[in-house]
Amino acid sequence: MILAATSLVYSIGTSLLQLVLLTLGAPVLLGVMDKLRARAEGRRGASVLQPLRDIRKLMSKQRLRAHFSSAVLPVAPIVLLVATVVAIAIAPLASTQPLLAPSADIYVIVYLLLTGSIALALAGLDAGTAFGGMGSSRAMTISALAEPALLVAVLALSIQAGTSNVPTIISRTLANPTMLSSPTRLLALVAILIVVIAETGRIPVDNPSTHLELTMIHEAMILEYSGADLGLVSIASAMRLGLLFALVANLFVPWGIATDTSIGGLAMGVVWLAVKTSVIGVGVSFMEVHRAKLRLFRVPELLAGGFVLSILAVVTGLVTR
Amino acid sequence: MDLALLSLVLCIVGALLALSLNGSVRVVVTGIVGIAACLGALAAALRVLIDGNSVSFHSTLLLPLSGIDLTLDPLGALFVAVTSIVGIASCLYYIGYARDESGSRLSLSMFMLFLLSLLLVPMASSVMTWMFAWEIMALSSMLLITTEHRHSQAARRAALWYGVMTQLGAGSILLGFLIMTLPAHAQTFTLLEQHAGGLTSLERSAAFIFSLIGFASKAGAVPLHVWLPKAHPEAPSPISALMSGSMVALGIYGIIRVGLTLLGGGSLWWWLVVTSLGVASALFGALHATTSTDIKRLLAYSTIDVMGLVLLGVGAAGAMAATHHHEVAHLAMVASLLLIVAHSGFKGCLFLAAGAIERSTGTRNLDQLGGLLSRMRVTAIVFVVATLSVMAVPLFSGFSSEWLLFEGLLGGFISHNSATSIAMLVSVTALALTGGLTAIAFVKAFGIAFLGQPRSSNAEHARDASPTMGVAMFFLCIPSIVLGLAPGSVIPLLNRASDVGLRLHVASPLRPGAGLDLLSSRGSIEPLLILAVGVIASLGLWGLLRLVARGGVRRAAAWSSGRDVLTPRMQYTATSFAEPLQRVFVDVLRPDNDLDVTHESESRYYEQHLAFLNRVDDTIENSIYQPVIKLVRRAGTAALRLQNGSIHRYLALGFIALLVVLVVLT
Repeated sequence: MILAATSLVYSIGTSLLQLVLLTLGAPVLLGVMDKLRARAEGRRGASVLQPLRDIRKLMSKQRLRAHFSSAVLPVAPIVLLVATVVAIAIAPLASTQPLLAPSADIYVIVYLLLTGSIALALAGLDAGTAFGGMGSSRAMTISALAEPALLVAVLALSIQAGTSNVPTIISRTLANPTMLSSPTRLLALVAILIVVIAETGRIPVDNPSTHLELTMIHEAMILEYSGADLGLVSIASAMRLGLLFALVANLFVPWGIATDTSIGGLAMGVVWLAVKTSVIGVGVSFMEVHRAKLRLFRVPELLAGGFVLSILAVVTGLVTR
Repeated sequence: MDLALLSLVLCIVGALLALSLNGSVRVVVTGIVGIAACLGALAAALRVLIDGNSVSFHSTLLLPLSGIDLTLDPLGALFVAVTSIVGIASCLYYIGYARDESGSRLSLSMFMLFLLSLLLVPMASSVMTWMFAWEIMALSSMLLITTEHRHSQAARRAALWYGVMTQLGAGSILLGFLIMTLPAHAQTFTLLEQHAGGLTSLERSAAFIFSLIGFASKAGAVPLHVWLPKAHPEAPSPISALMSGSMVALGIYGIIRVGLTLLGGGSLWWWLVVTSLGVASALFGALHATTSTDIKRLLAYSTIDVMGLVLLGVGAAGAMAATHHHEVAHLAMVASLLLIVAHSGFKGCLFLAAGAIERSTGTRNLDQLGGLLSRMRVTAIVFVVATLSVMAVPLFSGFSSEWLLFEGLLGGFISHNSATSIAMLVSVTALALTGGLTAIAFVKAFGIAFLGQPRSSNAEHARDASPTMGVAMFFLCIPSIVLGLAPGSVIPLLNRASDVGLRLHVASPLRPGAGLDLLSSRGSIEPLLILAVGVIASLGLWGLLRLVARGGVRRAAAWSSGRDVLTPRMQYTATSFAEPLQRVFVDVLRPDNDLDVTHESESRYYEQHLAFLNRVDDTIENSIYQPVIKLVRRAGTAALRLQNGSIHRYLALGFIALLVVLVVLT
């Protein structure tokens, strides 16, 4: 009984810790990525805390709502944020035993992220502007093509580990690290990275700093947002990015994650999480400097490539088992 | 059985009342009788599902020569229950919906007969009874499609397509049954099942393939689906709801009943065929749903997509049973049945909501809708719930059933047979792809119809559905929410149905509970706990926002790039929303694009008139069916030359035909 109570407290603590860590850490990670990019381009760049400051500023600003918009416009950021928060709370980031770990199925996490995308896409259509529609249409097209690649890539890991539960996949990988060196994992890693780039709207799929009509995707969709609403969208987007990076890190480099219920292990888990996620962030921003954004209609080819790789991952997994 | 028989009788009484009553009483009385019939059938079905005991009835009075055989076993009872739930909503909805043609004697009595046949097919337990019920279903629904035939040529064409396809299908099913009756020399299902061993493997496969053709055509499987996107949109909406939620599912029922129960599973390749039908349907349906602009056509294609997923599950169940992985077979079967139940709820609801939109705006074209959220609040709420469910958003029924299907397919990799492994891989890929495509299709459907500014004056003056229609729609939302939050509550019932279907008695593949928890511990979801976390997060967020967010809210004009006009025509339409995707899948969809430019006479740099046409036709219809139709028509024209109206020639032809027959017979 006491044991159950302790593990429940531990799980709740882990989930809250993950949440706080990503709420504050993800914007800082974005700041670090922007800073690195600026440095690589020969600029000084803003402080790494700038995204946090932006969000704080947005929170105190007036919210403008378009004339023809409905309740969807204010509700969408909340749905997006809640879906992201739930995903972060149940995902194994710092420890393999967060709250509801048995329900932390890969299917649940993927569809929670899709729920957020759907909410934003509807918000884009709400004000009845051409920009919003354009952004929603493009964002949904990209999500619809990225999501299957992600699911199939994770299927490869699921077949290998014999479960679709993410914490169990991670702990089985830790128990049997030779799984990591299999071609299945490598192919799945590349496929998942492509999807993560697409889902977080980074170069070469989308450029987070552009506001040019013909090229923007995410920014067009959220053009009608201002004030606290925009703040919520920004923080949720940052947290999504943090969650996806952290998941990739844990699925492919699981060491460091806490598997027992000790406080020390959890602390190490947090440190390792920060390190692994930052490394991925640095890698992505490095790539952003050296790559140009793809033409919109070339993006599906990239995603199709990811999809094919994920299918190959499953096939190699089946052949070599 | 008494209750079930009573409900069948009530349907007939309803049909007779519909023929004899006058005025507005007719619709109300028929509707109420229909609801009573459905409630009776639901009670009978639930009793069988809970007890697990089947009940039968035999009478020599009703059908000449063979008599009528009815058995309500758990598998059939599940489909009776599905029909009753959609039936209750449809009858209630019909009371508020009927007007002119849809309230006529013919339509109402056909509606009752259609309901009767939908309840009768899953109870039929002999070949004659089955074919009898199947034909009533085909004919009554065909007449219902022609309800609006006076105004709409499309309705007449749809009825013709439907009639031809359904009769070909029925013929094929009959052929399958005839082969099965060969060794038994009997026609009741119990005897057929006992003597199925007497068939050679060739006869067995032929029987399966012939019945599969008929059932797959009813289930809307590609390439036999062509009637479905024509017939569903043209039928009155409550009929579309019944057709999509229940009639189409009876095609799946037929495959399970004949393939798994009567023929006992058969060979692995049968189920690989079923799986490939499923993959083709799921992808084709989902893709066409994204590009459809007619809202009911979109729903019809989405039905093809979901039935494709169900076929994947049934195919996996059959393949696993054939390779003796009984536990996985059971899981896949339960998942397919759960998806059928969930689908009848959300798709029925969506068709009813589409009917409300059509009634109040006079159009089904998404490109002329918009801004309905503030004008049709009840319809909007219902549409949102059903849409979230069909998009498989967590906490709704579509998600729990698709998750279970995913686990079932994942379990299928247990078999080291390479053919099944490939089938499972292709199935999971199709499941994943349709997930994304469905999201686009329904974000489009809801976003374009309900959000933004109205795109036509009809949409601007839209009024909400009548109260009875509203209640009916809310009623069909219940399955989406219950199966989403506590899918585990219906699993014991589905287990019994699956046991009968697979002729197995294995333990439930899931632990008892409100959520879904696989015994094999390959995965689990607890939607109620996820909901709890979500509610806590929302409350926390709300409190935080009240603390942090300052500055208030102000209404302002939307950003219009510096100009102060934003007309409804500037909005994205359903066509433009799907354009990027259409471009990606251009080779599959083969859209018909036509740009017609008329230049000013003074200068070619100025345009006088621009016409742009974008149409996505059904590729399969164009490439397979149209050539056949052309061939038949040419043959007909050629045969016309024989007929010149001269009586002598006809006599000569008759004589020659007689000679040929005599020669052949002797």
